[in-house]
Amino acid sequence: MITPQIDRDKCDGCGLCIIICWHHCLVLIDGVVAIVEGIDCDWCTECEAVCVTGAITCPFEIVLG
Amino acid sequence: MVSRLELLKSSPYFSGLSPAELEEINRLVFEKRYDREKIIIAEEEKAEALYFVASGVVKVFKTSADGKEQILAIIRPEETFNEVPVFNGGLNPASAQAMVPVVVYGIKRGDIEAILRTKPQVALNVTRVMAKRLRNLVSLVEELSFKRVISRVARILLDYAGDGIASGTRLTQRDMAAMAGTAREVVGRSLKALVEDGAIRIDRHRIIVTDRDALGKIAEQSL
Repeated sequence: MITPQIDRDKCDGCGLCIIICWHHCLVLIDGVVAIVEGIDCDWCTECEAVCVTGAITCPFEIVLG
Repeated sequence: MVSRLELLKSSPYFSGLSPAELEEINRLVFEKRYDREKIIIAEEEKAEALYFVASGVVKVFKTSADGKEQILAIIRPEETFNEVPVFNGGLNPASAQAMVPVVVYGIKRGDIEAILRTKPQVALNVTRVMAKRLRNLVSLVEELSFKRVISRVARILLDYAGDGIASGTRLTQRDMAAMAGTAREVVGRSLKALVEDGAIRIDRHRIIVTDRDALGKIAEQSL
C-alpha cells in the first residue's frame, strides 16, 4: 500500500502530525514519526499540511481517467 | 535507465550528428547521482555543466528572500537543465533539486563551447531548444499574470496527467503551489473545487482527470 513519505532527517518529533491524523496512522518511534502498519491512510494530507519541517509528504500521482 | 549514448542520440541538442560525432561527445560526458531532495546546482553559484536527466525527476526553482519557492520547470528523463549560464555566462539563475533519486549526465561548460565551435549543427540545434524554452517561459508568465489559481492548477494537472497507468512524476500540493505561484492551502481549495465541478476525482494518492475537456476549459479561463 502506498503511504505518505517520511524524511527521518527532517523530522523533529514535534508530534503535530500524530495529533492531526484522523485514522491514527502515525506514531513516534525513537523521536521520529513512523507509519503504523496495517492502518488505512485515506490520504487527507493533513499531516503534510501541519508539518513545519516538510518531513512528511503526500505526493499525488496524476492520471487520465 | 537510458544509457549515455542513447541519451545523446535522442537529445534535440545532438540531432543530425553522425555516430562518430556522437561517440566523440560521449567521451566528454560524466555521470553523477543524487539522493532525493539533494541540491544539484544552487542559485547564484558558478555554472559548471549542462545536465541531462538520465533517470528520476529534477525541479528547477527560484527562492525569494523570505523563502518562498517558485518552480520554473520540472525536468524529466532525457530533458536538460542549466543551459542559461552555460551558454550565456554568469552565475546559475536558479537552483535544481532531485525530487526522487536522480542520475544525471553532464558535459562541462568548456567542452560544450568546444563542441559548438567544431559542430555548427549543434549550435543550430541549441537555438531551436532555447526558442522552445523561451516559449515555455512566456506561457508561465501568462499563467501567473492572467490566470486565476484554479486555472493554473488545472493546467498543471493537464500537463502532468499520465496515461492512466503510471505518470512517473508525483507532485505534492506544495509542489503544485510552487509551480502555480500560490500557497498550498489555495491549491487544496482549488482541487476541491475541481472535484465539485466534476473535472477530477481524488482516489487516495491519485488525482484522476475524469473530464479532460472540462479541465481544459477551466485551464483557459482568464482573470
